[in-house]
Amino acid sequence: MNIIVLMKRVPDLVEDLEVDDTGKALDEDCVSLKLNEFDDHALEEALLLKEAGASSVTAIALDGEEVDKMLFTALAKGADRALKICHVGAPPGRPGAGEVGDYRGLAEIFAGVVREQPHDLILTGVQAADERDGQLGPMVAALLDAPCVEVVTSVEGSGGAVTVHKEFSGGLMAEYEVDLPAVLGIQAARATPRYAPVSKVRQVQNEATIETVSGSAGGGSGVSVVEMTPPETGEGAQMLESVDELVEILESKGVI
Amino acid sequence: MAGDVLVVAEHLRGELDDVTFELLGMGRELAGQLGGSLIAALIGGSGEMADQLGAADLVVSVGGADMSDFNPESHGAALEAVVDAKSPRAVLVSYTSMGMDLASTLAVKKGMAHAAFGTAVAGGENVTPEGGKRNITATSQLYGGKMDVVSDLGDGPCVVSVLAGSAPADAGRADGPPAAKESLPAPATAGHVRFKRLIEPEAGDVDITAQDVLVAIGRGIGSKDDVEVAEELAEALDAAVAGSRPLIDAGWLPKTRQVGKSGLKVSPKVYLALGISGAPEHIEGMKSAATIIAVNTDEQAPIFNFAHYGMKEDLFDVCEELTEAIEDR
Repeated sequence: MNIIVLMKRVPDLVEDLEVDDTGKALDEDCVSLKLNEFDDHALEEALLLKEAGASSVTAIALDGEEVDKMLFTALAKGADRALKICHVGAPPGRPGAGEVGDYRGLAEIFAGVVREQPHDLILTGVQAADERDGQLGPMVAALLDAPCVEVVTSVEGSGGAVTVHKEFSGGLMAEYEVDLPAVLGIQAARATPRYAPVSKVRQVQNEATIETVSGSAGGGSGVSVVEMTPPETGEGAQMLESVDELVEILESKGVI
Repeated sequence: MAGDVLVVAEHLRGELDDVTFELLGMGRELAGQLGGSLIAALIGGSGEMADQLGAADLVVSVGGADMSDFNPESHGAALEAVVDAKSPRAVLVSYTSMGMDLASTLAVKKGMAHAAFGTAVAGGENVTPEGGKRNITATSQLYGGKMDVVSDLGDGPCVVSVLAGSAPADAGRADGPPAAKESLPAPATAGHVRFKRLIEPEAGDVDITAQDVLVAIGRGIGSKDDVEVAEELAEALDAAVAGSRPLIDAGWLPKTRQVGKSGLKVSPKVYLALGISGAPEHIEGMKSAATIIAVNTDEQAPIFNFAHYGMKEDLFDVCEELTEAIEDR
């Protein structure tokens, strides 16, 4: 079973986010991009499947800042190949195709690259905090005409099909059998994503190579941003200055 | 028809989910703005469910008991069949586990514009109508709830994935059955996805939905060993410890303690949120708590927009001091 993991970077939400002068996008100066945490779970699930007998794991990402490091880390964790998509072609009038926030474009690019690679199972994160125009997994699946299940917390099996667990709410899950090739949106891997020590990543950087491929975007979704604003806060919280005040509130609510 | 709005009804184990009524309420308003009617798509539902969808002008049913268990492939194909038959201007899908399997797929297959993480939708209020057509705009709650983004979905058919709790459910409830009902045959599929069974959650030691006080912890807790700090506070408060998704995914708390979209919905007297940023998925599970108190070092954390009281402090300092203060009483 050849497994492909689609990886992307998203703004680090721990940072303060600000809107830029256009009023339509984040101010790039205060954005630091990091690996989408759900994609880290997708990679982990792929590595677990490899340990159980799958033949290969290939990590794929669109070129950008820190992407080499992200892909070398994937190799250090146990991925067999890393592909970086450079030179993205796009129809006229589609500048920035596949860049941060343009998920339909990213899906078009990924689907094109996946078609050229051996693939049985395609894993990616269930969602990303900036997926304004749709979830990557189902969009790639629709473009490849492959089945897709989102919110997956376990993948097992080999051969022509896998058994997956999909989470509903309240911990209730459904089990499905899915024929390959298929796309799965991973919510959480069966184990906490492994850690690659810096020394190991450095070693891989010296020994392994990241393959580069070109990609092309299609027409995109035609969805444009009108405005971006921090949410209205309403009255907001009444801010407390001390734990004494907190104790008073708990007393007034009758819970202590 | 040109201005029709289609709402996808969501159900599990024979019960319609509240989100269906929230979408019907939103859909009714949008249909009014677009001058169309409101249609509900009921896939694998029952006649009893169809009768509860009276807020819609028309309920289109596909399949019955044979399709009652959700299947991304067959339910997706059924939704496409309804869209083909009715050509709605807008399709509202819940941004839930089931909705996530339907919305993006539909949008790509039918070449429709799509806005995810939606909280509101409007028929042309913010954009200039061109050529007599009205554009649709949708508001998405992005970046973990830190930004609201309004998107222009153009003047063609579109899909909006709507976060649960974005509109009141009461607006989508009606006393009587719908004015009209139709049914469509279930389209044939390749059968690549096969439903096997539902798996019940393991019973936990504590039912967090039955607690008066919850000490809820989030990513700010930092490490598994530090969960103990929250447990000590919970003990002093005669409360239980709950958590947001990242902690459960990391294995620091059992699944039965998860609050939010994929976890449990809670409404305690007091919800003490420690180091929880307040992503939309978490807010969905706790916003009906009577009193919400948030402790977070990030002033911008969206949780402060939902909390009644807030403290911009380190959660460990607050935990320790509060535990001592309660124990000393």
